[in-house]
Amino acid sequence: MSKQTYWKTIGKKRDLVPGSGVGARLGKCQIALFWIPDMDDRVFAINNYCPFSGVHILARGIVGDVEGEPVVATPLYKQHFSLIDGRCIEHDDVAVDAWEARFEGDEVQVQVSEADELAA
Amino acid sequence: MSKEKLVVLGNGMVGHHFLEHLAETGLAGDFEVTVIGEERSIAYDRVHLSEYFQGRSASDLALGTAELYAEWGYDLRLGVKATVIDRDARTVTLSDGEPLSYDKLVLATGSYPFVPPIPGNDLPNCLVYRTLEDLDAIREAASTANTGTVVGGGLLGLECANALQELDLDTAVVEFAPRLMPVQVDYEGGEVLKEKIQSLGVQVLTGRATQRIEKGANAGLRMVFQDDRMLETDLIVFSAGIRPRDELGRDAGLEMGERGGVKVDDQCVTSDRNILAIGEVAAWNDCCFGLVAPGYTMAKAAVSTLSGGDALFQGADMSTKLKLMGVDVGAIGDAHGDQHAGARVFRYLDQISQHYRKLVVTGDGRRLLGAMLVGDNSYYDTLMQYFSNQLDLPEHPESLILPANEGGAPALGMDALPDSANICSCHNVSKGDITSCIQDGSATCLGDVKGLTKASTGCGGCAAQLKDVVDHEMAALGMEVSTALCAHFEHSRQELEHVIRVEGLRSFREVRNAHGKGLGCDICKPTVSNILASIWNEYVLKEEHAGLQDTNDTFLANMQKDGTFSVVPRVAGGEITPKKLIVIGEVAEEYGLYTKITGGQRIDMFGAKLNELPAIWQKLVDAGFETGQAYGKSVRTVKSCVGNTWCRYGVQDSVKLAIDLEDRYKGIRAPHKVKFAVSGCTRECAEAQSKDFGVIATENGWNLYVAGNGGMRPRHGDLFATDLDTETLVRTIDRIFMFYIRTADRLQRTARWIENLEGGLDYLKQVILEDSLGINADLDTQIERLVGNYECEWKATLNNPESLKRFRQMINEEGDDPNVVMVSERGQPRPANEKEKAELIPSVTV
Repeated sequence: MSKQTYWKTIGKKRDLVPGSGVGARLGKCQIALFWIPDMDDRVFAINNYCPFSGVHILARGIVGDVEGEPVVATPLYKQHFSLIDGRCIEHDDVAVDAWEARFEGDEVQVQVSEADELAA
Repeated sequence: MSKEKLVVLGNGMVGHHFLEHLAETGLAGDFEVTVIGEERSIAYDRVHLSEYFQGRSASDLALGTAELYAEWGYDLRLGVKATVIDRDARTVTLSDGEPLSYDKLVLATGSYPFVPPIPGNDLPNCLVYRTLEDLDAIREAASTANTGTVVGGGLLGLECANALQELDLDTAVVEFAPRLMPVQVDYEGGEVLKEKIQSLGVQVLTGRATQRIEKGANAGLRMVFQDDRMLETDLIVFSAGIRPRDELGRDAGLEMGERGGVKVDDQCVTSDRNILAIGEVAAWNDCCFGLVAPGYTMAKAAVSTLSGGDALFQGADMSTKLKLMGVDVGAIGDAHGDQHAGARVFRYLDQISQHYRKLVVTGDGRRLLGAMLVGDNSYYDTLMQYFSNQLDLPEHPESLILPANEGGAPALGMDALPDSANICSCHNVSKGDITSCIQDGSATCLGDVKGLTKASTGCGGCAAQLKDVVDHEMAALGMEVSTALCAHFEHSRQELEHVIRVEGLRSFREVRNAHGKGLGCDICKPTVSNILASIWNEYVLKEEHAGLQDTNDTFLANMQKDGTFSVVPRVAGGEITPKKLIVIGEVAEEYGLYTKITGGQRIDMFGAKLNELPAIWQKLVDAGFETGQAYGKSVRTVKSCVGNTWCRYGVQDSVKLAIDLEDRYKGIRAPHKVKFAVSGCTRECAEAQSKDFGVIATENGWNLYVAGNGGMRPRHGDLFATDLDTETLVRTIDRIFMFYIRTADRLQRTARWIENLEGGLDYLKQVILEDSLGINADLDTQIERLVGNYECEWKATLNNPESLKRFRQMINEEGDDPNVVMVSERGQPRPANEKEKAELIPSVTV
């Protein structure tokens, strides 16, 4: 399968909440988008699915940092997931998918592969 | 095999402790237990009996409840007396005629007050001070009296004098011995004590033997002394010592102690191996113990004996530390120095401040044999440790009783104490017990230690020392030394509250830039947000606050385990119109919500999806509902009983007060949730004593209880003030509430707050009632601002399109989260479990 990737527009910057997360659809997935003005105005995308509770709620968690690395705390049982690579800080063997994300003008884009698209 | 029949005669403090210990050690089920109590009340705290006159009720003083005994499987019979023990037939005959057979019998009959054989001691208004019924009789007699006299100047006599003063009587104490408290103090100490007590307005007559009591001329009674001098008084209370209630054992032919009491061995077994005796009725080594701590130790030994264990009673240290009428008195070991040949003494006397201290040491000055304190017990803990652990005294032992500014020795460091050092004698907790529960991680604060070890939950005398041990151990382990909130702030919550208020900081960014670092986290963000709300009370979903909130605050609803939310409108005081009930029903039906009545007298609707919340709330707000803020660390509900409007027992309108209180405090955010309740009479149907703020109606106004708690570690509220009018009540709650907001730790309920507050309830009373910190005006201003700034968060959100846009599961797709599935159970929806989900949505996306 080709590893071809490209940037897909998910929504508008004004749909996001500064310093916090929102949910969005990406193919079959629900993803969580986090806009962090205090970190060079960056945006991050990880899967919205919390493996500990089995529900799509990561976008509702509180954003913070663990020794400088941006993380979100899952709101039911409070484990932390890296916004950069989706790994769980407390449990080495648990991780959620993470995607590159960026603002392009007033649009929010996520870098997807054909695999992501096929899943749609 | 049928269970052994265990009969316990007596339901006082020691009898109760025995039963409690039996249940806690899991042995209650091995016996068929019958408890006989002569008094009508279940076991109560006799040590704090005088508080009955300060507004504590019989149920406040009760140590257990009939329900608890039933739960333990005990057959409790109160108001019945045992009259005969038949050791051959192994039966006890009761005053109601019923014989009761036993396999094992425990005597815990306690003592009775000794009334000296003075002619006239049976005249009306000659009373004793021992039981709740005695106190009722004293109160009754005091209602028509101006003067009262206590016969007996010992520990109980002075307690009783204090009680008479509480009843507004001109009070006198008559003591046969040449000084007060002859058991505990010597001549010099007695003189200091006498002067102190007299300065409190109590007349003290020592060295007086009463010859007779007769009818008085100017008062109801007249006491005539040995020198024919006289004292006229309206009522007399005898408090001249106690005697064991040993007649049952004596009549049954049990071996007795030399000075009375039923003789027991180290296992608390009497001369009949099927009969045990504990507490004040038991004579161990020919000695009866009139304190509660030895009684508790006996109770434990007795339980151990019954179960084949090896715990023993081997005598007790009679050292005591008391505060009588506000005067400190302490006695340790051989305080008189008359039990050890060659003992040497140091004395310190200050007649201006009225302090007296004495050390009794071995002839070589190496070891402490005893000590005596009048006027200042702050020396007690250190001396007690030297005594009980037989530590080497410093080179100049006198430094231990000199004032600090005169070269007195500093308090003994905690390092110097061995692990075996006893810290709490009521519950027999050693330093090692305390440190080990900190070391193994099961306790992380003072409150935890108290809960686990029970230390300092008896008489409370060891509170300061317990705190020292806990602080010291935590510091040694590197815990607690840091009060930093998290990796982003080095301040404690209390310190952050202070800087935010004083520096006028208004947003997380301002606070972080001035005092913290990094992006923050799920600890500091909600904490700072909560503090900002407690001070400025701004709309929590304002852009600069939105990202700080816990999920529940963000969506103004409580997220449940399946990701859906529950919705709770405010139902102030639990009062709701039929019309509003119908609206709740209609909304729940329309959105397919599961409904349940909450413990806070309102209705919770579960299963709302994120994108449905605004529409649900629009309907509720239109019908006149406000947010119930069940999602916030904030004021929740004010529960109430129906009050005097409907109830024949009610003495005040509890519903109106509950609604007014809820209306006043609604929306205020605090370190943790805050619950209130108002009961319309002393029957307490609203369970106010289990709330952070509990109000109970009296004939004259309201009694206020603070820092009660249900939950994992229940706590009865402390009585804070009595008979308040409504305005004073509200102002008092205002101030306590604000002081809690200012000083509590993050997520610390009022119960744990007050347990950890240095100085505890007394300190809180000084701050609030006497304005000892001079902050009351400031507290009043702050709460008025919070009350004045209230707005319903849902109403504000519905009017704010910017905030509403968050109520979407996905920004690029309308509708619900397709992974949330409900099934029906008992006629209502509930979340599908994993198996049901797999069947209902075959392609669950992960």
